[in-house]
Amino acid sequence: MTFEQFIFYVLGALAIVSGLMVITVKNPVKAALWLVLAFIATAGVWIMAQAEFLGLVLILVYVGAVMVLFLFVVMMLDINLAQLKEGFTRYLPLGAMASVGILAMMYMVLGPDHFGLEVTGAPVQQSANFSNTKAIGVPLYTTHAYAFVLAAVLLLVGIVAAIALTLRRRPPREVLYQNIDQQVKTEKADRLTMVKMESVVEKELPEKEEESK
Amino acid sequence: MNFVIPAFAPAIPEMVLLAMASFILVADTFWSKKYQFATYYATQLTMIVVAYFIMTSFATAQVITFDGSFVRDSFADILKLFILLVSFGIFLFSKEYLLQQKFYSGEYFVLGLFGVLGMFVMVSAYNFITLYLGLEIMSLSIYAMIALRRDSSEAIESGMKYFVLGALATGILLYGFSMIYGATGSITFPEIAQIIDSGKADPVVLSFGVVFVVIGLAFKLGAVPFHMWAPDVYHGSPTAVTLYLGTAPKIAAFAIIYRLLAEGMPGLVHDWQTLLIILSVLSMVVGAIVAIVQENLKRMLAYSGIGHAGFLLLGVLAANPDGYAASMFYIIVYAITGVAGFGMIIALARTGNEFDKIADFKGLNGRNPWLAFMMLIVMFSMAGIPPFIGFFAKVVVIEEVVKAGFVWIAIIAVVTAVISAFYYLRVVKAMYFDKAEETAPIAPVSSQLNWAVSLVSVALLVLGLMPSSLIELSYQSIGLN
Repeated sequence: MTFEQFIFYVLGALAIVSGLMVITVKNPVKAALWLVLAFIATAGVWIMAQAEFLGLVLILVYVGAVMVLFLFVVMMLDINLAQLKEGFTRYLPLGAMASVGILAMMYMVLGPDHFGLEVTGAPVQQSANFSNTKAIGVPLYTTHAYAFVLAAVLLLVGIVAAIALTLRRRPPREVLYQNIDQQVKTEKADRLTMVKMESVVEKELPEKEEESK
Repeated sequence: MNFVIPAFAPAIPEMVLLAMASFILVADTFWSKKYQFATYYATQLTMIVVAYFIMTSFATAQVITFDGSFVRDSFADILKLFILLVSFGIFLFSKEYLLQQKFYSGEYFVLGLFGVLGMFVMVSAYNFITLYLGLEIMSLSIYAMIALRRDSSEAIESGMKYFVLGALATGILLYGFSMIYGATGSITFPEIAQIIDSGKADPVVLSFGVVFVVIGLAFKLGAVPFHMWAPDVYHGSPTAVTLYLGTAPKIAAFAIIYRLLAEGMPGLVHDWQTLLIILSVLSMVVGAIVAIVQENLKRMLAYSGIGHAGFLLLGVLAANPDGYAASMFYIIVYAITGVAGFGMIIALARTGNEFDKIADFKGLNGRNPWLAFMMLIVMFSMAGIPPFIGFFAKVVVIEEVVKAGFVWIAIIAVVTAVISAFYYLRVVKAMYFDKAEETAPIAPVSSQLNWAVSLVSVALLVLGLMPSSLIELSYQSIGLN
């Protein structure tokens, strides 16, 4: 076993174990943290497969942004664990049977017979100055420009949907809004009033005995 | 790397649609306070303008652009025109319904427009990525539209159900795509077809992929055994959204089935044909039998939709151009009939009474004979009784399946059609022979609705009297490719 293979197996085992933990741990916050670990292990596998850009983006976007946001949501929600666990044992045999079946099929199809090195050939080794970013970026803006625009439309629809479903317009007096125009235009005279006061002369206080604490 | 700027002209309808939808999205925030119906009229105008652009540049030959990710042929153009026609009807009915149920908002129309854009992309998709993106744009709009009525827990529940199951179905579909990409190394449909025909691809991986693709498609179409979402979602959604999700998206779903199976994997016909036979027979049987016990008309129409999905698949499983054309004709007819059926429920709905139970239709003849007659046409057409158009739709698909050599499937189809006639006629019986609980005359809230519902229903009769032009249109558009 080469060192590369060793790293691959470590990362692969890590990804599988953390993936299993995501669905078996009871606490949703812990599950989300295991998912973070699964992402990091997968990113490692991608980097080993010479997809450095994708690996880094996975960590930046998913671990850095998506999962943190997700953790916030999970912590904010009051999730009833007992209710979630309800029916787990009842459906376990059926679920286990289905997943074993699919696993067996996947092994038969995705195993070495059809996707082994003899079938696909060894991956091409790129030189050190090969740019992953360019290899993704150039097709994205040329051959897949149509799909790229459509993905943007999809995100737009997502925004519209999210706002339409969550925004509640309240009566105007209930919520106070900032008026930026007025705030910028404000002048010293609007905020500051000079008050004339008589000067106060400090009187000497008679000395008192300090009370014991 | 030399890159040639692709031809943008074939995609003009999509571009106009996107531009108009984005414009309306922004403009809605400004004009909705002053002019309540501005968004509605702008949406309908968009439908007409886009239809005009398709008509003026109607494709006579296949045009492929954007590096093989977009195709424009007469098949696509005809389906797009019918999507526009059906959506026009949907928006017309929706406006009144939304006003009545007091959740009229510009977002409904904007999301509806984006949904239509998604359907357009699906119809014209020529590789996996655009097909997936179109499907997602359409589905996401529909999920949001269902849940738009936030004060109704039923709507939220069905939106949630549809969202979770839809996401699962998309995942399965994508998994199938990845298998086929793994075996062929290509994502463009004609290339995939070519590689499969050349026998270079691994057959085991391919059939594994096809299974997942077909399951994903069956989910979207609502074919048995992946139909469980349909009755709940149809029932729980506001009727205007049921009208939307039960009609136009079915046309787009048929288009992607055709693009994927007929154009992308003709070499794997033995794999997907067997699967489609199972789906089709089960859908027809379950759709016919379970619908009998439904008391709610929306639920009944959901099961009827499942049965129709089975009939639709009959033409596809014949696996020849004539069969696809028969299915295309069937889906167009089904979409128009669906608009008439759900439109009728909307026309009779009142604030506080959705008019979606079969019991509500009792004695309708005494309360409004004209509408009762229109409903009779719709039900007869759905049941496939001549001379209404639904009859010819069933005839052509059954004819194609017999020609393809599956006589036993044709027999099952005819038997289920007879069984399903029972529950359609039950509605007719309720209207004409049952005593009404309420005898006050009933009429749609606006004359516009009355006209619209009459027009669609009469169209079913008129088309039924001269079905040949529509049938010819379908056969020609598939034959040209």
